[in-house]
Amino acid sequence: MAEAYITGIGQSEVGVRLERHPLLLTLDAVREALDEAGLSIDQIDGVSTYPGRVPVFLGFSPVGADELIDALGIRATWHAGGGEISSQLGAVVAAAMAVKTGAARHVLCFRTVYEAAALSRPDEYPPMRKKTVDGNSQWFAPFNAMSPANWTAQYAMRHVKRYGLTREQLAQIALNDRANGVRNPRALVRKPLTLDEYMSARMVSTPLCLYDCDRFTDASTVLIVSAGDAVDEVTCTPIRIAAFAGTVERHSWDQAEWMSCYPTGEDLWKQTDYTPADVDTVQFYDGFSFQAITWLEGLGFCERGEGGRFIEGGHRIALDGELPMNTGGGQIAGGRLHGFGFAHEAVTQLRGLGGERQVSNNPRVAVATSGGGPLATALLLAND
Amino acid sequence: MTRPVPKLDAVNRPFWTGGADGELRLMRCQDCKEFIHPPRPVCRHCLSDRVAPEAVAGTGVVDTFTVNYQPWAPNMEVPFVIARVTIDGAPGVYLTTNIIGCEPDAVDIGDKVRVSFEQQGEIHYPLFEKVD
Repeated sequence: MAEAYITGIGQSEVGVRLERHPLLLTLDAVREALDEAGLSIDQIDGVSTYPGRVPVFLGFSPVGADELIDALGIRATWHAGGGEISSQLGAVVAAAMAVKTGAARHVLCFRTVYEAAALSRPDEYPPMRKKTVDGNSQWFAPFNAMSPANWTAQYAMRHVKRYGLTREQLAQIALNDRANGVRNPRALVRKPLTLDEYMSARMVSTPLCLYDCDRFTDASTVLIVSAGDAVDEVTCTPIRIAAFAGTVERHSWDQAEWMSCYPTGEDLWKQTDYTPADVDTVQFYDGFSFQAITWLEGLGFCERGEGGRFIEGGHRIALDGELPMNTGGGQIAGGRLHGFGFAHEAVTQLRGLGGERQVSNNPRVAVATSGGGPLATALLLAND
Repeated sequence: MTRPVPKLDAVNRPFWTGGADGELRLMRCQDCKEFIHPPRPVCRHCLSDRVAPEAVAGTGVVDTFTVNYQPWAPNMEVPFVIARVTIDGAPGVYLTTNIIGCEPDAVDIGDKVRVSFEQQGEIHYPLFEKVD
């Protein structure tokens, strides 16, 4: 079967309340990705993004595929952009399928976020105001369960009560992120966090405290997905998309017993001969820290319910541990790049370009994930 | 507390207005008898379109919960309990709701609860309180 590879990757400045136009942040990331791959914009013939331009909530997604194609003068034989896909990295899965079928050769996948800037410039980016709620939000907002923090917290509380997850265990995700962020020059937060600071932080939605949550960020991340018969055109080491999955059983934040990362994790390994034991580093979605624990369990790195004990003390998931996790700082330290940052970091590690945060012993296989609740995508990436 | 107002339509109206008659109404398939939540005009279990709202007992059990401390909107009073409740007699249905009438730290998984409607205009919000 035809293969798909991630070739050039790029990232803009990562910050809060940036003044630079979101289309220009996207351009910065595109330029870096093209430079790395040794491609010109004329060789890009596909564009893929999540969730597309969101007019009612522009800070969440200010740039869509349509605009980027026109703004950068791309002749696209295939493009897609929308929110109804397995989650953020579902845009990469779509691109992989496009290059595998020959619909395109080099697909520019991007995610641009502008939430902090939008919040600080309400005249330019009016906040979402609605008189009534409908669709999915009608089942949450009327009870002031406004945020995915609340929805995720309810899953986390069940883990606490059923399996004994402790705050000290949960803290290891944030502590590890913040320790790794210090070594990532582009991380949003480059200061370590102590367990004492974590334990005394204010609660957001029990058992999640302030440090269990990412924060609004302005940035753009680009990943170029190239066809197997087009990788000889690139100058960087191509990273193979060895498998992908994005299984959903109930598309709901409250009608499923657990989140979609469990069936997705199970299905990922059906697509490959690799096993969890082959994985050298994991980049797990952690918009809320607890999600990384469920990815560990869902992908079979430990039994269901054992995630808290697996990360106890933080040694296993540290940069020099047996399963280095979120080596760029995840979203908690790295910034809310919204899913794409995890694939960007996995590729960086598999190319040995992690600098001060490089995982030792030449990592060859990585997992990158995105999503929470009903949204889940897992990518198995290999330098093989 | 101020609550966002659900936009009523033919399918969700029985759920949001049943409290006017003191009833918690869930959509139910008239063919396979499974419950359908969120309510839709089709049964997700057997694809029948013979569905209709039915009153259920209005009692249930706290499946999970969180105590919310973050004011997500101006004037939101915190803390309060958000819970996911299973409904007696309606297997497979979870309702996200608030547990009222007790201290936030008095709520736990497994607590038995009973519906208590809060009216704002046309909407009767199905909240729950603990049963002793």
